[in-house]
Amino acid sequence: MISGAKNVFLFAIMAALVVFVGQYQSWNLSLSILNLCLISAIMSLGVNIQWGYAGLFNVGIMGFAAMGGLAAMLISVSPVPEAWAAGGVGVIIGLFILIATVLAAMFSYRKMAKSPMRTFLIVLISVIGYFILRSVVDPATGAIEKVNPASTGYLGGLGLPIILAWPVGGLFAGAVAWVVGKITLGLRTDYLAIATLGISEIIVAVLKHEDWLTRGVKNVTGLPRPVPYEIELQKSEWFLSLSQRFNADPVTFSSIFVKLCYAGLFTVVLLIVLWLSEKALRSPWGRMMRAIRDNEVSANAMGKDIKARHLQVFVLGSIVVGIAGAMLTTLDGQLTPSTYQPLRFTFLIWVMVIVGGSGNNWGAVLGGFVIWFFWIEAEPLGLWFMDVITSGMAEDSSLKAHLIESAAHMRLMTMGLILLLTLRFSPRGLIPEKVGRH
Amino acid sequence: MSYLIGENMTGGYGGADILHDCTIAAEKGEIAVIVGPNGAGKSTAMKAVFGMLNIHTGRVMLDGEDITKLSPQDRVAKGMAFVPQTSNVFPSMSVEENLEMGAFLRRDDIFKTMDQVYELFPILKEKRRQNAGELSGGQRQQVAVGRALMTQPKLLMLDEPTAGVSPIVMDELFDRIIEVARTGISILMVEQNARQALNIADKGYVLVQGRNRYTDTGEALMNDPEVRKSFLGG
Amino acid sequence: MTEILNALALFSNFVLVPAIAYGSQLALGALGVTLVFGILRFSNFAHGDTMAFGTMLVILVTWWFQSLGLSLGPLPTALLALPFGIAGCAAFVLLSDRLVYKYYRKKKADPIIYLIASVGVMFVTNGVVRFIIGPDDQNFADGERFIIKARDFKTMTGLSEGISIKVSQGLTVVTMIIVVAALFWFLNKTRTGKSMRAYSDNEDLALLSGINPDKVVAVTWILAAALATIAGTLYGLDKSFKPFTYFQLLLPIFASAIVGGLGNPLGAIAGAFVIAFSEIMITYAYKRFAGYILPEDWVSGGLLQLLSTDYKFAVSFIILLLVLLFRPTGIFKGTGV
Repeated sequence: MISGAKNVFLFAIMAALVVFVGQYQSWNLSLSILNLCLISAIMSLGVNIQWGYAGLFNVGIMGFAAMGGLAAMLISVSPVPEAWAAGGVGVIIGLFILIATVLAAMFSYRKMAKSPMRTFLIVLISVIGYFILRSVVDPATGAIEKVNPASTGYLGGLGLPIILAWPVGGLFAGAVAWVVGKITLGLRTDYLAIATLGISEIIVAVLKHEDWLTRGVKNVTGLPRPVPYEIELQKSEWFLSLSQRFNADPVTFSSIFVKLCYAGLFTVVLLIVLWLSEKALRSPWGRMMRAIRDNEVSANAMGKDIKARHLQVFVLGSIVVGIAGAMLTTLDGQLTPSTYQPLRFTFLIWVMVIVGGSGNNWGAVLGGFVIWFFWIEAEPLGLWFMDVITSGMAEDSSLKAHLIESAAHMRLMTMGLILLLTLRFSPRGLIPEKVGRH
Repeated sequence: MSYLIGENMTGGYGGADILHDCTIAAEKGEIAVIVGPNGAGKSTAMKAVFGMLNIHTGRVMLDGEDITKLSPQDRVAKGMAFVPQTSNVFPSMSVEENLEMGAFLRRDDIFKTMDQVYELFPILKEKRRQNAGELSGGQRQQVAVGRALMTQPKLLMLDEPTAGVSPIVMDELFDRIIEVARTGISILMVEQNARQALNIADKGYVLVQGRNRYTDTGEALMNDPEVRKSFLGG
Repeated sequence: MTEILNALALFSNFVLVPAIAYGSQLALGALGVTLVFGILRFSNFAHGDTMAFGTMLVILVTWWFQSLGLSLGPLPTALLALPFGIAGCAAFVLLSDRLVYKYYRKKKADPIIYLIASVGVMFVTNGVVRFIIGPDDQNFADGERFIIKARDFKTMTGLSEGISIKVSQGLTVVTMIIVVAALFWFLNKTRTGKSMRAYSDNEDLALLSGINPDKVVAVTWILAAALATIAGTLYGLDKSFKPFTYFQLLLPIFASAIVGGLGNPLGAIAGAFVIAFSEIMITYAYKRFAGYILPEDWVSGGLLQLLSTDYKFAVSFIILLLVLLFRPTGIFKGTGV
C-alpha cells in the first residue's frame, strides 16, 4: 500500500529511533513515547480526513479530544449511588428540559418563515428554557457536589469496561462536530476555524467547572484499565516465569508488559482507522471529496451538495479525534481537565498533519510519530543545547539561569518553525498526496 | 504610424494561444472598436495590448515606443488607462474618492481634471459623496470611466462599457465617449453591441477566433453586406 | 429613591465601567484583526500573541525606565514605554511578513494557507514571549491607582454603594477614543489611508490605479502592530499580563470583528462593545442589585447570575454563533461571507 522505497525508509527510520531510545535511554520511556505516537497518529488521521480530504480547518481538536476523555470517564467509573440519590432526578429532569427547549426552538425555526419575529421567538424559547433548566438543575448539582466532596462529589459513571468508551467518545465528539458544522459550514472557512476554536475552549471550561459531572480540577483518577495491573502481574505465576525466561526484573518487566498491551490495543485501532480511511479515500466518495476540495465552483455546478458533504467529513474526522481522545484518557488512567491545552492538543496535531503530508493517510500517521517523538525528545535536546550555549558563561550568571530555565519554551518555537518551514519549502509534506489518480 | 498599435500579437493565458497574429491599432483622438462573436478573443486582444497576458510573438507600440515588456502599472504611467468590464469601481468609497484614487500617481493639482469629469458626467457631481457601490449600473460605469480619465490618459481602453445597462444609458455613454475622443484622447473599446459601437467608430476590427477577419472604418464595415450578414444580424 | 440610585451605582461600578474598559480593549484588538483581514484577506490567528509580544516589549522598557527612576507621576510609566513597544512590535510583525506571508502573497495562495501560516507565526511568537519573559503573570502598573475611589464616592454622594474608576480604565477609554479617531482620520482623509481602503475594496483596480501594494501591506502591518500593542498594554494595565490570557483573547476579539462584519472598522468597534457588555452583563451576579430594586421577599437565595464567570468565553462564542446563523455578514456589512 505504501508506494516507494522512500516511504518505507521513512517509517524504518522512525522505528529505529524508537529502538534507539529503548536501547540508550530506557525501554519504558521508548514504549511510553510509542503509545502516545500511536494515539497522535490516530488524531492526525482524524484531522487529515477533515483537512486533507476536504480542506476544512479545525482549530478545536482539543475540544473533540476532551469529549473522548469525558466519555472514557463516564463509561468506566462506578456510579455514586449517594450522589444519584441526592440530585440524580434533578439532573435527569434537567436533561429533558434541555431537549424540550432545543426541540421547541428547532420546531419554530423549521415551521416559521424567516423573520425578526422568528428570531425573537427562538431567543425567547431559549431564554425561558434556560431559566427553567437552571432552577431545576442548580439545586440538584449543588446537592451532588456536597456528597463527600473529597472523594466523590459527582455522579460517577456507568461502571462499564473502558474499551466501550472509545466508540462512545467518538460519538460524543461527532455530535458536537455536527452542531458546530451545521452552523458554520457553508460560510467562509475562517468561520469554521474560529467557531471550532471557541467550542473547544467551552468544552474544556465545562470539564473544568462542572464538578458534579467531572469533579472539575479535582480530577477523576484511577479509571479502570483495559489491561492488567502491574501489581497483579507481579503476583501471578505465569508472569514471573515469563520474566524469568527473558531474564528480566519482574517489576520493570511488568510495566513494560502493560505498555506493550496498550501498544497492541492502540495498534489495532490505528490499523482499523487507517484501513477505513484508505478505503474511503479510494472510494467514489473519496474522489468526490477531493473534487470538491480542489474546485468548489465546478463541483457545485455539477450539483454536489457541498455543505452536506463537508458536514459528513467534518463529523467523521471529529469522531476519529474523539476516539483518540478516549484512548488517551484510558492510557493516562485519569481525567485531568486542566491538561487540555490548545498548544499541545490542537496546534501540535496540526504540525503533525502538515509535516506528514496533508491528504495522505500514511503521511498523517508518520507525522504523528515523528512530531510526537521530537516533542518529547526536544526537551532533553533543548536542555543539552542550552547547556552547550551557556557553557562559556559564569556559573552564577543570571542570563545562564534564565536561558536554561526557558529551554522548555524552545519547544513551541521549534514546532512553529517546523510548521512554517514545511509549509513554505515542502508544502506537500513528508509523504505527499498522490495526485492525478482521481 | 498609429498612436497605439498591437502588431501581430500571438499568445494566451499560459495554455493554448487565444490570439493568432492579431493586429489592433488606435489613432490619436479617434475611436477604435473591437467587435466579434462570443469567444472571438475581443477582451483578450485588449488585455494583450494592456499587458495583462503574455504575447510571445508580436509587439505593442505606444507613440513610437516599444512597450511590449512593460507591466500594466507601468503602462498606466505611460498614459494608458483601462476600464475593466466588471468590478471597475471601489464600491465602499465615495464617487469623489474613486476619482481621487484614479489620480493616485499624480502629484499635481487633480481638481481641474475632476471638474472636467464632473462636466462630462454631471450626475457624478451630484452624487460625489455617495458610495460608488450604491449607484445604478449606468452611473457606476460613469464612475469607472471617470476614474480612468483622472490619470489624464492619452489612450482610454474600455472593456464592454455598456454591458448590462439599458439602451438609453448606452446611447448616453456612447455620446460621452465621443466627447472624450474629441479632447484628443484615443479610445480603444471592446463592444458586444456591435451595430451601435461601429456607428461611432472611426475604425472597426472584427475578430473571429483570435484572428482579424475584417478591418475597416466603422462606416465601411456597417455597409459591408458580408459583415452585416454575419455579425450585425442582417 | 436612594435605593434606585444605589442600584444604579452598583450596576455602574460592576458592569458599566468594566464593560466600557473591556470593550475598548477588545475594540482595539478587533480593529487590528479586521484591518489585516480587509487588506491581506485572512484571519490572523497570531494577533493575540502579537498583542502579547508588543505588551512584553512595553513591560521590559517600563521596567528599565522604572530602574532609571523615570515616571509619569500619576500615570503609568508604561505610557512612556508604549512608543518603543509599538516600534519593536511593528518591526517584528514586518519581519514576519517578509519571512512568511510575502511568499504566499506572491503565489496568490488560498486564504486558508495564510491562516495556517499565521498559526505557525503564533507558535513562534508565543515561544519567543515565553522564552523572554516567561509564562507567568507580570505586573507593571504603577502611578496612581484610582481616579475615583469607592469610599470617596460614597462620602461624596452619601450612597451606600460606591463607584470606583481605576486610572487604567479611564486611560483605556481615553486612549481608545484618541486611537480610533486618529485611525479613522488616517483611513478617510490621508492619501495612504484612502489607498488602503481602495486596496481592500478592489485589489485589481487599486493596482491599475498605480497603488503600491507593498506599501499598503506594510502600513497595514504597522497599524495592526500598533493597535495590538496598545490594546495589549491597556489590557495588561487593567488586569494583568499573562501570555496565555492573550492567546485566549483571540476568541472574543474574533467574535467582535465578525459580529461587526469582518473587514469593517466601524463594525469592529460596535462588535467589541456588544461582546464586552454581553460578557459582563451575563456573568454578573445580580443578587445585590435585585436587593435594591425588588421587594425584600422577592429576592430568594442564589446569586442571580445568568452564567458563571468561568464561562465568559461561552458568551462571545454564543453571540458569534447567533450572528453566523442569522446574519453572517455581521451587524455592519463586512466583506467576508
